[in-house]
Amino acid sequence: MTTSPTVSRATAVAARATDLSKVYGQGETQVVALDHVTVDFRQGEFTAIMGPSGSGKSTLMHCVAGLDSFSSGSVRIGETELGTLKDKQLTQLRRDKIGFIFQAFNLLPTLTALENITLPMDIAGRKPDKQWVDRVIDMIGLSGRLSHRPAQLSGGQQQRVAVARALASRPEIIFGDEPTGNLDSRSGAEVLGFLRNSVRELGQTVVMVTHDPVAASYADRVIFLADGRIVDEMLSPTADGVLDRMKAFDAKGRTS
Amino acid sequence: MFRTALRNVLAHKARLLMTVLAVMLGVAFVSGTLVFTDTLSQAFRNQSAKSYDDVAVAVSMYPSPEDAAKTPGLSQDVIDRIGKLDGVAAVSGRVDGFAGVPDKDGKLIGVGWSNKGTNFAPGADGKDRSYDFTQGAGPVRDGQIALDKDTALKGGYKVGDTVRVATNGPVKEYTLSGVFTTEDGAVSAGGSLVLFDTSVAQQQYLKPGFYQDATVVAAKGTDADKLLDEVLKIVPEAATAQTGQALADQQAKDIEAGLGALKQVLLGFAGIALFVGVFLIANTFTMLVAQRTKELALMRAVGASRKQITRSVLAEAGVVGLVASVVGYGMGIALAVGLRSGMNAFDLKVPDGPLVLGATPLIAALSVGVLITMLAAWLPGRRAAKIPPVAAMSSVHAAASTKSLVVRNSIGAALTALGAVLIVLGASKGGDDGRMFIAGGAFVTLIGVIVLIPLLSRPVIAVIRPLFVGAFGVSGKLAGLNAVRNPRRTGATASALAIGLTLVTGLSVLGTTVGAALDKMTTEQIRADYLVSMASGEGMNEDALAAIEKTPGATAVSPQLAGWLTLKGKGVSASGVTPGDIEKLIKLNTVKGSLDSLGQGRIAVAEKTATKQGWKVGDTLPVEYVDKKKGKLTVGAVYEDSEFVSPVLIDAEIITAHEQQSYIPQIFVSMDGGASAANEKALAKAMGDNPAVTVMDQKDIRDLFGGQINMLLNIMYGLLAMALIIAILGVVNTLAMSVFERQQEIGMLRAIGLDRRRVKRMVRLEAVVISLFGAVVGIGLGAFLGWAIGETLKSSLPGYALVLPWDRIGVFLVLAGLVGVLAAMWPARSAAKLNMLNAIKAE
Repeated sequence: MTTSPTVSRATAVAARATDLSKVYGQGETQVVALDHVTVDFRQGEFTAIMGPSGSGKSTLMHCVAGLDSFSSGSVRIGETELGTLKDKQLTQLRRDKIGFIFQAFNLLPTLTALENITLPMDIAGRKPDKQWVDRVIDMIGLSGRLSHRPAQLSGGQQQRVAVARALASRPEIIFGDEPTGNLDSRSGAEVLGFLRNSVRELGQTVVMVTHDPVAASYADRVIFLADGRIVDEMLSPTADGVLDRMKAFDAKGRTS
Repeated sequence: MFRTALRNVLAHKARLLMTVLAVMLGVAFVSGTLVFTDTLSQAFRNQSAKSYDDVAVAVSMYPSPEDAAKTPGLSQDVIDRIGKLDGVAAVSGRVDGFAGVPDKDGKLIGVGWSNKGTNFAPGADGKDRSYDFTQGAGPVRDGQIALDKDTALKGGYKVGDTVRVATNGPVKEYTLSGVFTTEDGAVSAGGSLVLFDTSVAQQQYLKPGFYQDATVVAAKGTDADKLLDEVLKIVPEAATAQTGQALADQQAKDIEAGLGALKQVLLGFAGIALFVGVFLIANTFTMLVAQRTKELALMRAVGASRKQITRSVLAEAGVVGLVASVVGYGMGIALAVGLRSGMNAFDLKVPDGPLVLGATPLIAALSVGVLITMLAAWLPGRRAAKIPPVAAMSSVHAAASTKSLVVRNSIGAALTALGAVLIVLGASKGGDDGRMFIAGGAFVTLIGVIVLIPLLSRPVIAVIRPLFVGAFGVSGKLAGLNAVRNPRRTGATASALAIGLTLVTGLSVLGTTVGAALDKMTTEQIRADYLVSMASGEGMNEDALAAIEKTPGATAVSPQLAGWLTLKGKGVSASGVTPGDIEKLIKLNTVKGSLDSLGQGRIAVAEKTATKQGWKVGDTLPVEYVDKKKGKLTVGAVYEDSEFVSPVLIDAEIITAHEQQSYIPQIFVSMDGGASAANEKALAKAMGDNPAVTVMDQKDIRDLFGGQINMLLNIMYGLLAMALIIAILGVVNTLAMSVFERQQEIGMLRAIGLDRRRVKRMVRLEAVVISLFGAVVGIGLGAFLGWAIGETLKSSLPGYALVLPWDRIGVFLVLAGLVGVLAAMWPARSAAKLNMLNAIKAE
C-alpha cells in the first residue's frame, strides 16, 4: 500500500473471471445464471456492468466479489483464486481486499458515520491510516457529520458514508451493487462523482452493477450482459450511447 | 377476523414457539400442582378411611399435666368395661411413642419423626387386627418385639435375631418375634414401627396399666353413634371419643389443610413463573404487530375498525394460549406423576393411589393459560389498533416505536421511589408490621423497576460495554450497542430475569445473614462441649440424664428440662437445670444476684420477664406445680435473656419431683479435654450407642443450623427454577427476534468481512449483556429487600449483622452470563448461517 499508482499498475488486472458459470437447480428446472463468462477488471479502472434484469449482472458481481459460490470456472482477486477458498478465508479476503457499496442497508444504525467508515478496519483489528481516512472524508465532504448516526443523515449522505467506508480500508477493488438505486438523481450524481474521483485521483478500482445508463456513463468501461453472457462492451461511455445500446438489446430480445 | 387470526398463528409458528413454551411451562406448573395435591389428598383420605374402616369408636386420652397426675390415661379397667358393652366385638388399647431401630451400620432406619413404637394388643384369638404377620408372631412377653416388613428388610433382621431398640432412654436389646404388614400411616410414610408387649410399651411410654388410645370394633348391626354414647359414659372426663367415621373425616380434613398449604406455596411459585412469562408473550406480540404494520394498516384502510384490529390480535393470543395450555396440562399430569415417584425415590413415601384428574385442574390450566396470553397481548393489540391506515401506503415498515419514554419513566421513578420509601420505613419499624410494609413496598418497587427498566438499560449497559469492547473487540462493541437498540424489549427481557433473581438474591441474603447470626450466637453462648438430643426431636427421659452423668470424663452436665410453673398466678415455662453446672455450659450474664442460689432451691428469672412482672431478687413468689401442689419460690438471680434457656431457671430435681414423665429435649455436657473423638464415643456408649440419640459438638450445631438454612434455600431455588427457565426462554425469544429483524445488517457485516464466528459471538454477547443487565438489577433489588427484611428480624436475633453472600452473588452473575450464552446458542447459529445475499436483498 506504499506504492503510488503507476502506469504499470494501471494495466494490471485487479480481478479476473475465467470461463465462469453459475447454474441453479438441476434437470428440467435448471437455470443458467452465468454462462462461461470471461472478463478482466483492470486496476485503476471504473467498470459498470449492465444488462436487463435476469441477465446475470448481479450474479457476476457477487461471484467475483466472493459473496456467492459458482459452478465452474475460476475467479481471481489479485493473485488469489476464490474457487478453493473456504468461507473463513473468503470472509478474510472480503475484509482485507474488497470494498462494498450496496443499494440499501449499507450502514449500521448504532454506529456513528465515522465508526461506520472505519468498521472494516475495526473488524480486521487494524488501526486505520488516519491520513488516508481524513483524505477520503475530505473528498467525500462529510467532515462536519462524522459524529452523526445514519438516521440523522439523508439518503445521499448515508451512501456517501458507504463510499467512504469502502475507500477507507484501501481495498484492491470496490464492488457496488446498484449504489444509486435508492437515491434521487442529484444525490446519485454526487455519489457517482465520488466513485469516479476515487478512480481518477486515488487510483482505486471500482466495479459497479447498475441498470441506469446515466450511472453507467460515469464509468470508464461498460460491460453488457444478457442471458448470463457478455454480449458487448463500451469504452468511455455516454448516457445516450449506453441507452441506445440497451434499446438495441431490447429490440433484439423481442424479435428473436 | 378470527380466520385471519388463525392464519397468522399458523404463519408465525416458529416465532411463537417460545411463547407457547413459556405458557406451557407455567400452565404445567399450575396443573401439575393441582393434580399432584388432589392425587395425594385422595390417597391419604383413602388410607385414613381404610385404617378406620372397621373402627366403630375411637377413644383418646392425652391429659394435661395436672390431669395426668390423677389419671395418666385409659386404665385397663376402663378398657375391660368398654369390652363388656353391648354390641362391642373387640376393644384394644394402645400406647405409643418413639422407637427406632438401627441398620447394620448402626444408623437409624427411616426418618426420625416417623419412627414409632406401640403395643401389640392381641384379642381373644391372640391376633391384633391392625397387623398381619408374614413371619413369626406378635410379642407377648418382655424382651420380645415385632417389626414392620420394610424395616426388617432394611435392617436385615430375621425372626429370632437380636434387635437393638432405641427409645427415649438408653438402648435395649430384644428378640424379634415376628414381622408384619400394616396400614399404619407412619409406616406408609416411610417410617418404622416396633411392636412391644403391652406391659413393656406401657412402662416405656406411659405408666403400667394405662393406655393413650382405644379402638372399639362393633358387632355387625351395631349403631356406632349409640355405642359412642355408651363409651362416653365409661371413659374419664379428660378423654375424647369419636366414631371411626368422624375420626376418618377429621383426618381427611387435617390432610386437606396440610396439603392446602403446600398447594398454596406451589401455586405461588407457579404464579411467579406465569408472571415472568407475561414479559415474553408481550415481547413476541409487540414484534408480530410491528412486523405486520403494513398488513394491519391495509386492513384499517379497507374498513376494519380499531376494535376489530385489537380483537384479531387478542384472538391470535387466545389460540396460542389455548394450544399451549392443552399441552401444558398434559405436561402437568406428567409432572404430578414424576413428583410422586420422585418423592418415593427420596424415601418420602406417600400412599399409593390412582391419579386423580378432576375438572378443576383442567379448567384452571386452560383459563390461566388463555387469560395470561391474552392479557400479555393486550397492550400490543392496542398498539396495533393505533396504526394509521396511511401506513399501508408508506414504502418502509414503520420503525419500532420510538415514542418518548418520558411519561413511562416518570411513573416508574415515582413507583420505585414510593416502594423504596415503604421498604425503608418497614425496615426501621421492624417486626410483623414492618414486614407488611416491606411486602407492599417490594411489590410497588418491583413494578416501578419494571416500568423504569428501559431507561435503566442505557446507563447500566453503558457501564458494561467498555469491558466487552476491551475483551471482544468489534463483536463486543456491536453487541453492546445492539442490546440497547430496543430498550423496551431489552427491558422486558431483563425484567423477567430480574424478578427471579430478586427473589433468589433476597432469600440468599436473608439465609446467609440469619445463618451467620445463628452461628455467632451458638459460638458465643454455648460453652458446653456437647449437646445431646433425640433425632426424633422428642425428649429424653431421666435414665438418659443419669447415664450421661455417669459418663467417664464428664465435668459438667445439665439437662434443659422442659418445665411449667405457675408463678404468682402467671404461667411461665421453666428450664430445669443442674445448679452449679449450667453456667459452665451456657453463657448466662447475671444482672443481679447469683446463679449459685439455684443450688439453694431458688429460681433465676430472665431480665425481660422480671421487668415485666416486677419480680426482683429476694422476692418470694407463690408457685403452683403441674401436679397442683403449691409452694413458695424465691428469686435468687436475674439474668440476661438467652436463646438457649427458658425465662425461668430452676433446679431440675424440683421439677421432676412433680412430674410423671420428665421431658428433656437437650442435655448439655462438658468433658475433660473438650470435644474429641474419644469423648464423643464415651458419650455414645453411655447412651448404649443409641442410634436415635445425636451427640453434637459446637461445629455440628452450627452445621445443623447451616444445613437447615441451606436446605430451605435449595428448595426455594428449586421452586424458582421454573420462573428462571421461562426467563431464559425470554432471552432466546428476544435474540431470535433481533436476529430476524437485523438480517440485512448481518448480511452486510458478513459481506464486509465479519466472519461467522464473530457474528455468533456478537449475538451471544448481546444475550450476555441483556442477561447480566437483568441479573444486576435483580441482585441489587434482592439485596435491598434482603437487608430490609433482615432489619425487621434484628430484635429477635441477637448478634444480627447483614452478611452479603458475595460468593453466591458471584455465582449468580456467572450463571446469568452462562444463561446468555446458552440462550443465544440457537439464534447465534441461525445468524451465522444466514445467506448473505438473500439477507442483503431481502425487502
